[in-house]
Amino acid sequence: MIFLLRLLVKNAFRHKLRSGLTILSVTIAILAFGMLRTVVDAFYVGVERASANRLVTRNAVSMIFPLPLSYKEKVRQIPGVTRVASANWFGGIYIDEKNFFPNFAIDAKEYLSLYPDYVFSPDQLAAFLRDRKAAVVGRKLIERFGWRIGDTITLRGTIYPGNWELVLRGVYRGLDENVDERLFFFHWDYLNETMRKTAPRRADQVGVYVVGIERADQAADIAAAIDGTFRNSMAETLTETEKSFNLSFVSMADTIIAVVRLVSLAVIIIIVAVAANTMSMTTRERFGEYAVLKTLGFGGWRIACLIFGESFVITLAGGLVGILLTFPAADLFRNLVGAYFPKFVVTRETLLLDGLAALLMGGLAAIVPTWRAIKIRIADGLRRIG
Amino acid sequence: MPGKPIVEVTGVSKAYRRGTTLVPVLTDVSLSVQEGEFLALMGPSGSGKSTLLNLIAGIDKVDSGTIIVGNIDITSLGEGELAAWRAVNVGFIFQFYNLIPVLTAFQNVELPLLLTGLSRVQRREHVELALRVVNLAARMDHYPSQLSGGEQQRVAIARAVVTDPAILVADEPTGDLDRVSAEEVLQLMDRLNRESDKTIIMVTHDPRAAEKARTVRHLEKGSLNDFSPQASR
Repeated sequence: MIFLLRLLVKNAFRHKLRSGLTILSVTIAILAFGMLRTVVDAFYVGVERASANRLVTRNAVSMIFPLPLSYKEKVRQIPGVTRVASANWFGGIYIDEKNFFPNFAIDAKEYLSLYPDYVFSPDQLAAFLRDRKAAVVGRKLIERFGWRIGDTITLRGTIYPGNWELVLRGVYRGLDENVDERLFFFHWDYLNETMRKTAPRRADQVGVYVVGIERADQAADIAAAIDGTFRNSMAETLTETEKSFNLSFVSMADTIIAVVRLVSLAVIIIIVAVAANTMSMTTRERFGEYAVLKTLGFGGWRIACLIFGESFVITLAGGLVGILLTFPAADLFRNLVGAYFPKFVVTRETLLLDGLAALLMGGLAAIVPTWRAIKIRIADGLRRIG
Repeated sequence: MPGKPIVEVTGVSKAYRRGTTLVPVLTDVSLSVQEGEFLALMGPSGSGKSTLLNLIAGIDKVDSGTIIVGNIDITSLGEGELAAWRAVNVGFIFQFYNLIPVLTAFQNVELPLLLTGLSRVQRREHVELALRVVNLAARMDHYPSQLSGGEQQRVAIARAVVTDPAILVADEPTGDLDRVSAEEVLQLMDRLNRESDKTIIMVTHDPRAAEKARTVRHLEKGSLNDFSPQASR
């Protein structure tokens, strides 16, 4: 067996240029496959992080329509509800649009109680809760812009016009690595008070209510109860689990995700064709040698082992290099578009799929050449020599 | 000295299909080869001598007739059984040596032994002995590209005898060699026949090569002509 292993490794590198180029193709395919999968994974991070004990209530017509502030108390009184927090997507810009980061006006005390995932030092949390013009940010965001506690940060409003000056009072870190650490929060009350002064018709409007519930198994009943409460009102609600709510954002990018998946599949198929072509050329050149081996008594399965093994050596070598390159490539990608993805990490599952894809490529590429090598008559194979 | 028959070919016919036409290559050929014999099969191109050799060696199938080698009717064996049979019973010497270029002389000779149950140490002993027989022990670590044509053919002969097969089949073993190398290879085959009692069936165009054989049979248009023992031997 060791002898055959050595033979197939030697065979794999007999045509160094050809094998090198095939390995390069596989490397690029695995790198692209790994990166595209990581992009798809990045879309789903929020979904995976969602808690079963949180519901989100929004306007039934569309997320862009707000809900009245008066709903808050009514929701709180529904049995099984523990907390209700208001939250508005603020959509502010820091200096320039390229500095994008998600920013929200929140009902701080309730909201942060619902999200123990954001971990604050008690002093900073108290300072934030005390100051109506205060803001808190994630660890990655403060690092990105080099802010310090006490700095005044001005956001230019897009949904809510004007320059909003907020004082940075705290920074949170995630409870674990999956928590988004590039969020910006400030007080919903401050937003509402300002709107009362500048645009009274837009005051007392809430983007979504985040609803804490006692038990996850009550989710469907409580959601139905909330929506039932506001049926036939001016602003009917749609309440869903946080996971469903987050998934609805992902579904907005469904087409992009589908395209990304299709592209990664296409890349694999193309490289299978390239590898199969290499193996076909290689096998055709060695029909004589395989005929000699068969003459000496080597059976079909040993010939198959040689061809499949050689194919695996090439695709796994490419796969390994591709996997190793995925990490620096992901770092580079994270630096470029990290603001749009809370987490951009190459997962173990992706690495496993990379390995499987390389194996699959090797296997598929070897099927036809092996079939031909086994089926060729020895006398015909020997005639190809000389 | 030649003894009982080791190969018995009876009424063998073989035809190949070229497009829609069936081209007969061998027609009702019968032949008996004695144990320890050195037989040369001669004939013009297309006479069917290589086909007959391939059939006797079990690397091609007859259309009709039987071939018995060492009491086994090889025409009744399936592909797998035939491969196993070849591994044990037949040593092959080809015109173009057919060594695996990425393997050393030692590894090429070791190839047939991989199909046996021998240990690594035992394989090494057998390979070294075979290479000593062909006088190439000193070049066992050389690759085929580092050896001359004659040396490569001697490695091929070592590969053919390393499993101590019942018969050696050689298809134009000197066809690609210069005169000196051809003579060395023929002497080696002669020695294997005389000293080790190896039964050798050789296909050749070369009258000088045929001179080394004890018996010469001529094939013409798919039929064997009369028996011609070598008077000088």
